[in-house]
Amino acid sequence: MTASVAFTGSPGRGFARYTYDAQATFRTLLDAMARPGTIGSVAAEPEAPAPLDPATAAIALCLFDHDTQVWLGDGIAGLAAYEYFRFHCGCPLIKSALAADFAVCLASAGMPPLAQFDAGTDEFPDGSATLVVQVPALEGGRGIRLTGPGIEREAHLSVAGVPDYFWAARRDQQAIFPRGIDVVFTCGERLVALPRSTEIEV
Amino acid sequence: MERPRTGETAARQGWMSVLAKARADDVLAAWEGLDDKPQYRPLRGPETGLVMIQARAGGVGAKFNFGEMTVTRCSVELDDGTVGHAYVPGTDGGHAEAAAVLDALLQNGARRALLMDAIVSPLAAAHSERRRTRAMKTAATRVDFFTLVRGDSE
Repeated sequence: MTASVAFTGSPGRGFARYTYDAQATFRTLLDAMARPGTIGSVAAEPEAPAPLDPATAAIALCLFDHDTQVWLGDGIAGLAAYEYFRFHCGCPLIKSALAADFAVCLASAGMPPLAQFDAGTDEFPDGSATLVVQVPALEGGRGIRLTGPGIEREAHLSVAGVPDYFWAARRDQQAIFPRGIDVVFTCGERLVALPRSTEIEV
Repeated sequence: MERPRTGETAARQGWMSVLAKARADDVLAAWEGLDDKPQYRPLRGPETGLVMIQARAGGVGAKFNFGEMTVTRCSVELDDGTVGHAYVPGTDGGHAEAAAVLDALLQNGARRALLMDAIVSPLAAAHSERRRTRAMKTAATRVDFFTLVRGDSE
């Protein structure tokens, strides 16, 4: 069930039960980040304007607020999504990708280069950006082998629609750890995380 | 950064202000008394938070933070897609919700005149009456200070 609403001047309803839904979404994200490659499911299904999937919208409603600078990628930066983020999250939507705390993009609209986001500093690696990438499917794409913290031996990721240059940039990023970009892939109401600590093998 | 208050915006600011400043019981009574209540669904809230009130000394000085105020806000959408908002003082979610639905209804030109007469005008009158009574009570306790000439300046 995708809860998409056409833009009618109304931003649509966000979480039905704000506190509980936000907490449940946060827990799902936390678990996903702790177990890279494991697919989680967002129980709350907020209404979201096209082209946002429920999981993408839930992350936004859960994490974005007036203190987070949010950058929207191609295909999202339309009026309906703009109104949605402004109304429900109250977050500043900015044009500079480098200044973003969070970036939301569609894999189908062409992914932005990873290097254009803030990877933090060695003193403050937590100042880096988190990238939320909505993909056409979480399975059936190019197989990626994952190792690192939170993974006992190895895990596998096969999100669809992610270009090779992204994986190349993601692999290069491992050299600058603890700096780096954390990534969450979303599709429908499901999500999977790829934190910076995870090593990938294409 | 104030937007010009003209036409439609000014009118809406007017009734939103009246609905917010009215007593919660009065707004709820007006809502209960309304025939032909519309179907609506919540978009956000009612939820309560704090708003920092800013002021300028004498209305012209530098801006300073006067203090925080408890405010409850609510946004609703009518079946026809009209969105209504309300920010009301206090913690009464019912007040905020009723005010938000009334804000949405008042945007409909066909119903506005009737609603203005039946609900907004009486609420505005009650508010100015409360202000007047309060001003009178305050005025009765007013003390004027005079500085007497002390005669030592010669």
